[in-house]
This record gives sequence, C-alpha cells and structure tokens, in this order.
Amino acid sequence: MKMKKLFSSNEFYVALTIIGLSLLIGSVNKAFFTAGNMIDLARGSIVMAIFALGTLMVIISGGIDVSFPAIASFSMYVTTKVLTSCNFQGSVWVAFAMAGAIGLVLGLINATFISFFKLPTLIVTLGTASMFSGFMLAFIGVRELSILPPSMVDFSKLNLFEITSKDHFVYGLPAAVLIVVALALLVWFILKYTMIGRGIYALGGDRVAAERAGFNIHAILFFIYSFVGFISGIAGLVHTSLMRNSNPVTLIGTELTVIAAVVLGGARISGGHGTVLGSILGLLLVTIMTNSLILLGVPSYWQRVVIGLLIVIGTGITAQKRSPKRAGAESGC
Amino acid sequence: MSSNETRIDLAKFSFLRYMSRDGNLMRLVLITAAIFALMSILSPDRFLTFDNFDSMAYQFPEFGILSLAMMITMLTGGIDLSIVGIANLSGVFAALMMLHTIPDGASTSQILTGIMAAVLLAMATGAGCGFINGLLIAKINIPPILATLGTMQFFTGIAIVVTKGYAIFGLPDQFSFIGNEAIGIFPVPFLIFAAFAWLFSLLLNKTGYGTKLYMMGTNATAAKFSGINNTMMLVKTYMLSGLVAALAGLVIVARTNSAKADYGTSYTLQAILIAVMGGVNPNGGFGTIAGIVLAVLTLQFLSSGFNMLGFSNFFKDFIWGAVLIFIMVVNFIFNNRRAKRRK
Repeated sequence: MKMKKLFSSNEFYVALTIIGLSLLIGSVNKAFFTAGNMIDLARGSIVMAIFALGTLMVIISGGIDVSFPAIASFSMYVTTKVLTSCNFQGSVWVAFAMAGAIGLVLGLINATFISFFKLPTLIVTLGTASMFSGFMLAFIGVRELSILPPSMVDFSKLNLFEITSKDHFVYGLPAAVLIVVALALLVWFILKYTMIGRGIYALGGDRVAAERAGFNIHAILFFIYSFVGFISGIAGLVHTSLMRNSNPVTLIGTELTVIAAVVLGGARISGGHGTVLGSILGLLLVTIMTNSLILLGVPSYWQRVVIGLLIVIGTGITAQKRSPKRAGAESGC
Repeated sequence: MSSNETRIDLAKFSFLRYMSRDGNLMRLVLITAAIFALMSILSPDRFLTFDNFDSMAYQFPEFGILSLAMMITMLTGGIDLSIVGIANLSGVFAALMMLHTIPDGASTSQILTGIMAAVLLAMATGAGCGFINGLLIAKINIPPILATLGTMQFFTGIAIVVTKGYAIFGLPDQFSFIGNEAIGIFPVPFLIFAAFAWLFSLLLNKTGYGTKLYMMGTNATAAKFSGINNTMMLVKTYMLSGLVAALAGLVIVARTNSAKADYGTSYTLQAILIAVMGGVNPNGGFGTIAGIVLAVLTLQFLSSGFNMLGFSNFFKDFIWGAVLIFIMVVNFIFNNRRAKRRK
C-alpha cells in the first residue's frame, strides 16, 4: 500500500526526473557534479524557494499571485534605502523585521481586495504588482544601491561551510539556506497540522463547501496573502544581501518561473492540492534545468524556450492525470 | 395597437434603455468623459490640440488591437497571456521575411510582393500559435492561464533564439507606411483599429460564432448540451486571438520600423486591464466592443495626460494598476447592489 502510494505520488516522479536529468547533464559535463556547482545551485535557489513556499499556499487555496516579486523588491528597496540613509549600524534582524513588515502590509492590501471584494486573484495581483513597482520606481527611486548596511554585508558572508575547489575558488553555502529550511518547516506544519492549513486546502477544494463547513474564508484569505507578503519581504532582503546590492528591478519577472516550478511540483492550479516537498523538488528541477544550459553548451538565450516547454509539459501531465477518465483512480488519495 | 406603441417607445428609448441595461457601459462613458474633462482642465493648451489627438491616434491602436485579441479569449472564460509573445514572434518572422525576400534596389512591385509574403507569414504564425494554445487548453485541458503563460515564454523564447536577442532593422519604407502615415487626417493604425473593432462587433453580434461564444462563456456545460462543440469553439477562438495578435505585431513593427523579441511586455497587463475595464467578465460570457473601445480611449487619455503633466512612466504603471482595481471594485459594488435589489 505504501509502495503504491509512493509510485503514484507526483513528488516521486519529479525526484526521478531530477536524478535522471542530473545524470544526463553530469555525463555531458563533469563540472555538474562538483561541490562548487552544487553550492551554486543551492545558492541560486534560496530566494526562489522562499517565493515557491508562498506561491504554494496561494495555489492550494485556488488563487494565483503574481505580485510577490514586486512586494519583495519594494520591501527590500525601501528597507535598504532607509537603513543606508540613516547610516544604520545595528543588527541584521532589524532589517529583516522591517522588510518583513513592509511585505506584510503590501500583502494585506492584496488580501483586502481579494477577500472583501471577491475579485479574481490574478487580476488583483496583476494590478497591485503594477502599483507597487510603479510607486517604488516613481517615488522611491530607480537607482541601484551598492552600499549596504554593514550588518547585511556580514550576513551575506556568513557561510554554513566552505569548500575550496582545485583552482582555489572558495565556494560557501550561505547561512540564508537555514531561513529556507525554517520557512519550509513552518509552511509544512501550518498546512498539515493547523486548522488554518486545513482551511486553505478546503478553500481551494470548494469554496462554498468550506464556508458551510464553518471555515472563516475571510480569515483564511487574510492569513494567506499577508503571510505571503511577509515571506516575500524576507526573500527580498535575502536577495539583496546575497547580491550585495539593492536593485529595484532584478526580481521582477521571476513570478512565472516560480509558478511553473510549483505547478511542476504537483500543486494544482485549480486549488486543493500541493505539498511543500513537491514544490521544493519542482523548484530544484527548474533551477537545475535553467542553470545547466550553459554546462550543456546551450546558449543562454534558449532559457525562455526551455521554461516555456517546462510549464506546458508539466501542466499538461498534471492536467491529463486529473482528467475525468482517471478521476476514479485518483480519488483514493 | 398597444404593440405598435411599444415599438415606437422602444425605438425612441432604445439607446437609453441599452445604456441603463448595461450599467458597466454607462459608468464607463462617465469615467471616460470625466478623465477627458480632467485632462482638458489640467493642461488645456496641450491636451486639447490637434497634435495631441493625432499622436494619440498613432499610439493606442497597437494595444487596442491586442485588447480585442485578449477580449475574445476572456469571453470564453479563459485568458490569453501569450498575445504579446505571438505579436513579437510574428513581427520578427515578418521582418526577417522582408529582409530576405527584398533585395537592395528592388522594384516597387518586388517590394510589395515581399511585404505581402511577410504579412501572410505573420498571419500564419499567429494562427499557428493560437492553434497550439487552443489545443493545449481544449484538448489537453491545461487551464488557460497556465497554458498561455507557458506558450508566452515559449513564443518569446523562439523569437529570442531567432534574433539572438537583437532588434531587426532596415525594413522597406513602404512597410512603415502602415505605422506612420495617414490617409486624410486619419492615421493608418487608427483606421486598422477602427476596422477591427467594427469587424469584431459584427462577428460577436451578427454571426452564429458570436452567439455560441457568449453561450459557451456563460455556461459551458449548457452550451455543450445544446449542441455546441466547445473544443472546436475554443480552438477557433484562440486561433482568432493569435491571428489578431499577429496583426497587432505587424502594426508595431511598422510603427517602430524594427522587430524585437521582447517589445511591449507591459501590453499584457494593459490588455487585461482594458478588457476588465471595458466590462468583460473574467469568468466569461459578458463584454462588448463598445466597452473595449471606451476603455482603450480612457487609458490613452490618462497616459497622454500624465505625460503632459510631466509624470514619469513608472507613475503610469501605478495609475493603471490602481485604475484596474478601482474599476473592479466599483463593478463589484454595483453588481452586488443590483443582485440584492433583485432578491
């Protein structure tokens, strides 16, 4: 029974694809399996993984959020701008708290429109994304800040461990990975063991049924979008620290990749399904795919074709799985 | 006798009735007029000039045509996020076709043949891209948002691969006529948009396809049981959307006299904004061409007006996002109130 469940799970196939793909890339280019490349991949997926956790929650609830890169950019840019202008010397925690709080407020704006006015989530977040980034670029600034508060620079140098490669390059795994682990555990716990988590699944499964079952839909929607705003703010600050500069536009456009990754990881765009493990695996798959094009000798301008194909194939497979013919076989889980 | 009277009444008041029945449209007329008045008051010496109207008539057709492409997919309850990708890919193919078929110092007839070939290629590309979207949505059952999100990346990606990310220049002058010249006082892009709006209103209101489209958008299951082939309808609609997007792509290429893989990425948001503002219900079934035209004009008044007042382009993004949400909220409140009154 357990074996059967394993083989029918989406995570299993994503993991299998990752292994297959890694072996393929590794056989073409030996550089893939070096510790340096692995650390680069991990480093490159930190911010995207935090985004994926938020996107997962939204997609399970039956929504779609495209405003998180704008929220992340807004939060981190305002935070770094304020902190550098007052020559901030304190702890990095203050920066995180500030970015998180700004993200939370912006998330609340999304939640208000989605919850009280029952507007479609895609259209609301398209609108707010345009508002947030427009406001930031028009009134706060467009210039990249390359001098960050010292505590943020220290944070970016904080590594869990370091490896020196043969050609004397030092690769370090940033401590920010721990933030991803902590948030992943938190989201997993919320989704699996709390009433609000069950409410998110119920809402995505059938809104009316969830309402009749006694779930407070407004509370759930407010929780989802403010939480997503909060972790987007955190992700923005992590991004700025790791890049060691604060650029208001670099994150814009990542939303599609993240949504693709989460859907590849088995979350259903129609709501009600999705797991943390699946989303993280989906994200790893997308990151490996896009980062390894160069290792495979494919010019980087092929990247968008590959991402597009990934979305279409990934969603095509999940769409076929839940088509009426298979519905009976699937209802078991 | 009495029926005769009502007919006269109807004829007299049909316009008013039509407007009051469609509350969204009436509100939109008011909003359009208010914004026009506001901009005229804020900068009367520049907004109310022939030059301004002339330049506006060159600017809005490209996203106006894209909005029509977006609208018909939204009538089915779907969405087409790939229209800008299709427009750019078709534009790139058309530009390459012109560069390859028209040698230096070609005769006028040779040039015109080359342009015709390029236009046909662009149209075929657009219809083909739309066909792919339609198949993914209707046959493989991928939700339209995701299918077109994927194909948007894919089509743009192909355009990037073909051009290696560079813009294509050096197109014949005869082609840029489409984008930059006027017939009488009417700029060609404006005439193209007007023709499309007219054709679309005929298509939606006077043909079987239009009736079926509204029916399918209102209730897909009911439409299916009344004998409509929903799969075919969806494929046709996305093909039409792709075809129209490709023609918008040609207008863009002609206007900028160049083809680029990632031109006008903000047009996707604008097209959705216009459709929603124009009263198209994102869940399908409702929406009029008159609404789309009004929404296109409103957005153009806003953006030209803000430009004259010296606001940055980024401020425009802010305002557009705000307007989108504002209109949705207003529609929600009005529709809610009407629903309550009916109860």
